[in-house]
Amino acid sequence: MSERRPPGLFCAAWLVARKDLAIEYRTRTAFFSALVFAVLALTIFYFTWDESVISPNDRAPGVLWVVLTFSALLGLQRSFGLEEYDRGIDALLVSPIGRESIYLGKALGNLLFLCAIQVIAIPALALFYNLPVGRPLLIVTGIVGLAMIGIVAVGTLFSAMAVNTRLAELLLPMLSLPFFVPVLMNAAQAATKIFAGRPVAEVWPWLKVLIAFDIVFVVACTIAFPFTLEE
Amino acid sequence: MTSVSQSAAAASVAPTTRPVFDWVLGLAIAAVAAVYVRAIYFTPAEALQGLAQKIYYVHVAAAIDAYVAVSITALMSLVALWLRDQRADRLAESSAEVGIVFLSVVLTTGPIWGHKIWGTWWAWWEMRLTLTLFLWFVVAAYLVLRGAIEDDAMRARYSAVLAILGALLIPFIHLSVYMFAARLHPMPVVLKPSQPSLPSEMLTTFVLSVCAFTFFCAALIRARYRYGILRDLAASLDAEGNAA
Repeated sequence: MSERRPPGLFCAAWLVARKDLAIEYRTRTAFFSALVFAVLALTIFYFTWDESVISPNDRAPGVLWVVLTFSALLGLQRSFGLEEYDRGIDALLVSPIGRESIYLGKALGNLLFLCAIQVIAIPALALFYNLPVGRPLLIVTGIVGLAMIGIVAVGTLFSAMAVNTRLAELLLPMLSLPFFVPVLMNAAQAATKIFAGRPVAEVWPWLKVLIAFDIVFVVACTIAFPFTLEE
Repeated sequence: MTSVSQSAAAASVAPTTRPVFDWVLGLAIAAVAAVYVRAIYFTPAEALQGLAQKIYYVHVAAAIDAYVAVSITALMSLVALWLRDQRADRLAESSAEVGIVFLSVVLTTGPIWGHKIWGTWWAWWEMRLTLTLFLWFVVAAYLVLRGAIEDDAMRARYSAVLAILGALLIPFIHLSVYMFAARLHPMPVVLKPSQPSLPSEMLTTFVLSVCAFTFFCAALIRARYRYGILRDLAASLDAEGNAA
């Protein structure tokens, strides 16, 4: 009788991500809540500025990042909250996969979840704020992708920590938002320049900081994650 | 065996109703008061900034010690996570609490000075002030996280992870604020490679203020650490009593 070998790091991570996405696909509650929140926030922000003072084009990047941050928090909140029902986390812990795989899988699931929201929210932003459709919007979508990796890397780890505390819902934004600051500062500045028609070469310094942040925090959070699960 | 050693420990810090006076902390407060008497009455006012410059003796000294306290938290968190040493965790917690007090002093005195000299309370493009604000948020989150966890071992691990990630975050915030806009803060006038350009009387007061504040910071951390020992001891005796 041949024994089945446990899956490798990335293979196991994909299995965890697939499990989370399958749950989301069947229930669809978190996705629709986050999506409606994002589109609703886009419309509300439109009416909070005087159009004659700041044009919709100028305020669009700021609105994009605020909406993106808070819809990301909604998605991250459910990431480990999901495992609390029937102690699903225990089943994950006894399964023959490394804890790093659990983290990477959860992070990948969150990233895909947030990307699905942005696929609708970014065109909605372009529609409501009359943004130039085409190359600038594509580049900004790429910047959003880079920012998302950093946000998800840190947010997934803090979601795992916050869910075990007495202040879960309150603590996740408190822990995460200071870490989102460098991501948002650099991404917002890069997106503003792109929307203003500047070339990609001009925003490269900000993109380099985003890429460095992504690498450092994906590695650091993968190493730190097992410490948040230890019993 | 454990209960015997804990009882012995309890006996060595026998409960008392007498108020305990912390002489080191008392001395540190006296040193800080003495330095500020010197700064206000016996140090000349700066020609351009006038009396507003006096805030420098609080602001810069508090900033240095806030960064020292936060560094101790990050370092001790690494030790606590590595060696699972309860003392390192307690020291990290003590430094973080003292650190947030000093960071608050920096964030209060900075805008007061800025309003007088720059004509604005807050300057987002000022790297050090903005970095201090975000550091304050991270330390506040660290303390709230500690308060939200019941289990000692979990609290130590979670808070250590947050402190270490916070230390990794600092260069990114620094770089981001640097790239955000030009600097408005005055250039260093003490730690210059050639020689400090501060007049000697002001320099003496400044050095004394840093020494007094550092002593005060160390005394506060020591007092908070000792409180932590007593709190943990009381909790273990309480648990023993409940078990019995």
